[in-house]
Amino acid sequence: MAYTENEVLAGLAEIVAEETGLPADTVTSEKSFTDDLDIDSLSMMTIVTHAEDKFGVTIPDDDVKNLATVGDAVSFITNAQA
Amino acid sequence: MTAQLTQATGPQFSRILAIGGVRGENVVTNDDIAGPIDSSDEWIRQRTGIVTRRRAGTDTDVLDLAEAAALDVLAKAGLTGADIDVVILSTVTYFAQTPAGAAIVADRIGANPAAAYDISAACAGYAYGIGQADALVRSGAARHVLVIGAEKMSDFIDPTDRSISFLLGDGGGAAIVGPSDFPGIGPTVWGSDGSKADAIRQTAPWNETAGVEGAEWPTLRQDGPSVFKWAAFQMGPVALKAVEAAGLTPADIDVFVPHQANMRIIDQMIKQLGLRDDVVVGRDIADTGNTSAASIPLATERLVREGTAKSGDVLLQIGFGAGLVYAAQVIVVP
Repeated sequence: MAYTENEVLAGLAEIVAEETGLPADTVTSEKSFTDDLDIDSLSMMTIVTHAEDKFGVTIPDDDVKNLATVGDAVSFITNAQA
Repeated sequence: MTAQLTQATGPQFSRILAIGGVRGENVVTNDDIAGPIDSSDEWIRQRTGIVTRRRAGTDTDVLDLAEAAALDVLAKAGLTGADIDVVILSTVTYFAQTPAGAAIVADRIGANPAAAYDISAACAGYAYGIGQADALVRSGAARHVLVIGAEKMSDFIDPTDRSISFLLGDGGGAAIVGPSDFPGIGPTVWGSDGSKADAIRQTAPWNETAGVEGAEWPTLRQDGPSVFKWAAFQMGPVALKAVEAAGLTPADIDVFVPHQANMRIIDQMIKQLGLRDDVVVGRDIADTGNTSAASIPLATERLVREGTAKSGDVLLQIGFGAGLVYAAQVIVVP
């Protein structure tokens, strides 16, 4: 069964919180991974790997650089489930 | 069939008899190299865990590092070059296509006429070499095998490259594998993935630059985040396979020495492996840098020298790098 956008956002926020130590409720769709959440390229790959495992999707390395905001990642994961 | 030939047979078990090595003589700080990559000491420490790296001077070449590492390990093993039957040199920074650097090193250390050859398995080269040495000893093809990982990575870098050059250091590490009364080297779990050959690469092959006007000396590049993802998340399962192949569980591991590529890869692997809280971890990268094939023996000789790894400890080692290639095995600390 596919995850809804809200479910993906909630799950992704938990993953980001685990990696960064930030409270999960601060990880909202409009936040930029680099500018707002201070996530570097290596932490981003850790988050991507955990998201792939959690949601059963593949996020190719070349697509990761296009995921600027949390919302971008939520959309990518939601669509990748289809 | 009339005549029947003889096939060699060897001892049941092998082990590493000694581990040694040398580091480049110069200490290079982050501030020393940060300028051309528009970076800082803080940025490099945060991304890599590297505080300083060791690099060799212009008068030292990769075979000098290999020779010094070989002489160090021979002394530690109480052996001489004459006791060595095979010399395996893993390096990606010996720039002569032929003859092999191993034959030259063998001659320099008094091991002539030992069999001698080079292997190219980048940062997995030492673990590849230990796997080969184990097989050579137990098959009866050799009694003592000298495995050397030596790199002068500073000959292969671009000071303006932000992808890999700032990580790299110079050094030579070596081990001698010989017969044993007990199982001292677990099965080698190894492999490759050439579909990712571009992930860590040379900017151009030598034959596309030699004699070409304006061509630059080829240097290394990597796709850092992709390599991080592969190493941090796909190498843990390989390491666990090596533990299982040795008939052990992660709780049996006393010492963990992964290739010293990046402290954050090491930290991420530890999260996945389920090792004991008191496991000793090789973190030589902090002040030696990434020395490719030399990194595992250098990190190990340091732990032994400083007394944190003790003779008889069960050590898990894993190398991974350009190819992509990887190899892991459990060994008993000499």
